[in-house]
Amino acid sequence: MPSRILLPLVAMLALLASAIGMPASASPADDAFAKLASDQFAQIEQGIVDLSAIGTPEAATVLEALSETKLFYAPDKSLVIRKSESQLVSPSGALLREAPAGLKQVRINNRVRRALESALGSLTLISPDPAKRKAAAEAVFKARDPLALPLITQALSRESDAGVKDTMVRARAAIVLASSESANLDRINAIELLAEKGDQDVLALFSTVKATAPATVKQAIDTAINAIERRLALLSSVQNALYGLSLGSVLLLAAIGLAITFGVMGIINMAHGEMVMIGAYTTFMVQEVIRARYPALFDWSLLIALPLAFLTAGAVGLVLERSIIRFLYGRPLETLLATWGVSLMLQQAVRSMFGPTNREVGAPAFMSGSVDLFGLTITSGRLWIIVFSLVVFVVLSLVLRATSFGLKMRAVTQNRRMAAAMGIRTPWIDSLTFALGSGIAGIAGVALSQIDNVSPNLGQGYIIDSFMVVVFGGVGNLWGTLVAALTLGVANKFLEPLAGAVLGKIVVLVFIILFIQKRPRGLFALKGRAVEA
Amino acid sequence: MSRALYLRHDRLGLGFLMVLCALGVLVPVLNLALPVTSSWHVPTYAMSLMGKYVCYALLAVALDLVWGFCGILSLGHGAFFALGGYAMGMYLMRQIGTRGVYGNPLLPDFMVFLNWKELPLTWFGFSSFGYAMLMVVLVPGALAFVFGWFAFRSRVTGVYLSIITQAMTYAMMLAFFRNDMGFGGNNGLTDFKDILGFNIQAQGTRAGLFIASVVALAGCYLLARFMVHSAYGKVLIAIRDAESRSRFLGYRVENFKLLAFTVSASMAGLAGALYVPQIGIINPSEFAPGNSIEAVIWVAVGGRGTLVGAALGAVLVNFSKTWLTGAMPEIWLFALGALFIVVTLFLPKGLVGTASHSLKQWRERQTARPKDHTIGEAR
Repeated sequence: MPSRILLPLVAMLALLASAIGMPASASPADDAFAKLASDQFAQIEQGIVDLSAIGTPEAATVLEALSETKLFYAPDKSLVIRKSESQLVSPSGALLREAPAGLKQVRINNRVRRALESALGSLTLISPDPAKRKAAAEAVFKARDPLALPLITQALSRESDAGVKDTMVRARAAIVLASSESANLDRINAIELLAEKGDQDVLALFSTVKATAPATVKQAIDTAINAIERRLALLSSVQNALYGLSLGSVLLLAAIGLAITFGVMGIINMAHGEMVMIGAYTTFMVQEVIRARYPALFDWSLLIALPLAFLTAGAVGLVLERSIIRFLYGRPLETLLATWGVSLMLQQAVRSMFGPTNREVGAPAFMSGSVDLFGLTITSGRLWIIVFSLVVFVVLSLVLRATSFGLKMRAVTQNRRMAAAMGIRTPWIDSLTFALGSGIAGIAGVALSQIDNVSPNLGQGYIIDSFMVVVFGGVGNLWGTLVAALTLGVANKFLEPLAGAVLGKIVVLVFIILFIQKRPRGLFALKGRAVEA
Repeated sequence: MSRALYLRHDRLGLGFLMVLCALGVLVPVLNLALPVTSSWHVPTYAMSLMGKYVCYALLAVALDLVWGFCGILSLGHGAFFALGGYAMGMYLMRQIGTRGVYGNPLLPDFMVFLNWKELPLTWFGFSSFGYAMLMVVLVPGALAFVFGWFAFRSRVTGVYLSIITQAMTYAMMLAFFRNDMGFGGNNGLTDFKDILGFNIQAQGTRAGLFIASVVALAGCYLLARFMVHSAYGKVLIAIRDAESRSRFLGYRVENFKLLAFTVSASMAGLAGALYVPQIGIINPSEFAPGNSIEAVIWVAVGGRGTLVGAALGAVLVNFSKTWLTGAMPEIWLFALGALFIVVTLFLPKGLVGTASHSLKQWRERQTARPKDHTIGEAR
């Protein structure tokens, strides 16, 4: 332990001495610095190797300066780092007032550069910052320099962080495998170790090593490659499925409000997308206010925006139903045209108020970053949206199933006149149902503001997809909407690698068009007698 | 019964045809014969603009044929329009020859740019005008036939049909945006030079295109009129008003619908084909679902089920669009949106429908007093 504290001290003293032009003392760091101050490449290389063994912060500074070609030496063999055009410092960090005469750059050739890179890699292997250590281990893995083997073994014995240790073990295995000097048995063990968490990098390593390896090693590599490829294929389908679920939950969010207005009430609300847009802009407004007044609340901004978006979009929906749609019940095609008009006006209104450009909606801390799931990296935003859409689905189902409003709503859709005879105010229920559907769209807008551009055209992008989901799932059925949204999402993502994103989407659209021919009432049609389809 | 007999009693239709004749003669004459300084001179750009309206009117007539008389609200007629436009655009592209930027005698510029070596099979034959014109009518017609064959057979009606037609045009838009479709991708087809050997920018050619558009509108109007006034048309209207009852009476409803839908799609294709040389470009945004819905509002404004009204509505709406987007661009979408709402709420019959309805009522009141049994079956 004491050497760890002493060594830098000694080095610093030595450097101080050299900086003021005193003859070099016999400290190892100083010797190494002196070797660098040379025009002999072999000597420079030796100096680098020595420095990497010493491993002091000054050594790291000097090596970094060298790799950035900012290292110079004076005729008295003292080193000078040029930090910027006018700023010269000694390796210890002391500022030099004037440039020593006859400064020469320490030159680098390819051999020196290689030694330098591995030295830098091994130096950071013992850095106090785990992230740096991990990065260094990854660099060692890529370089596979046999010289780094003792260093990484040493670093490994001291490592306490499990994640970094894992990376180091892999880096060590890579070196052992790549070196033709190690024993075959060791190499095969290394292969097994690497294959355990094999990814594209390991595959690349295997295929380079394979070319020169002896037969037994080659065989082990071949089996390992097969295993890895199988695993990667599995992983990529799991990833597709997860991405598909995430796309599906976006579709679910966008469509579930429509499942109420179109599915339950039979209103073709072409302005549904604009309700989503209103929700997104509400989020934007909430964040603006929070940024300006209560910056501490920023992480809660989405939670605050949720009820507001529900109320705003719901209120717009209520006004829309009372002023236009109620005159058009029983004329679905006319509703379609009128609501399309409404959607144009809402878009233009938002464009006039907020401008045509995208608005910035930030992500709270818990939604940024990513989650590591069995070797898959999923952004937490995606996961949250999956969770959120399911929550919305469950809550909405409960509202329909377990509240008196839901009961009245179902009564009105099933038999309007009977419901009216039982004393339910059907027009009022109609308005509230439409407001509920619009409000849900507003909530969807809060979520979609996290993954899509918040612009006046936001809603346009979802309207056709939403209708497809509702029609595919079957009208008047929330479960149908859920199944349809997730199916379409997953199908889309699995088609993407085969056919490309756009073609995949076209295939899905064509599939739905054909599907409607076969089952005009969707996946889960309500059973009943219907002459008029 | 002949067409002429129908027309004699149809003052509206006669008036419409006469207006068309007058336009077709007067506008080109005023454009070509008068000097630019004359106050009666019609500038070439104005003529092209009117030509554009006429093409829209033709699209509206086509849409009215299926929506007004058959109850099929197609939200995908923009796709047929654009397909016809693409067919014409492909002919015009082939006419460019070596005058393109890359000077390739065989390949249009965008294909050279994409490093393609030979013309794709889809472009075969488009150097011939006749073949291209055939495709203008056949391709949209065939698409409509296949689409309708499936849709009408499985009795997809009403809102569902509207939604899947919209999905169709949306899918087509996505497809045409792709570069490897071989139709110019994002940029579409443009930079046209000649049509039938005449310079497409020349005043005379523009006048010719205008006349062709007017003639096409008149011809398609007569065809649509003939269809809806024949026995076939009566069944069509029966289907619109009571589809199941017509089916139970023994009519093969899907065949009646299919014919109307296919003919209408071909008309829309023709409209697109006349539109493209006057505008000078065709690109995938013509497939945008919004365009098809806008075409529906033209018909609704003029009056569905009147044919003349549809054409009138198209011209009116587009004229106000040109005027408003120039004068107050902010207002245009509000105005269009309000138009959608006002027409559906207060003018369900459209301008012409409402006007002729009140005229009829007025006449009935006039004639009811002296004699009430001589009107017969004139209309």
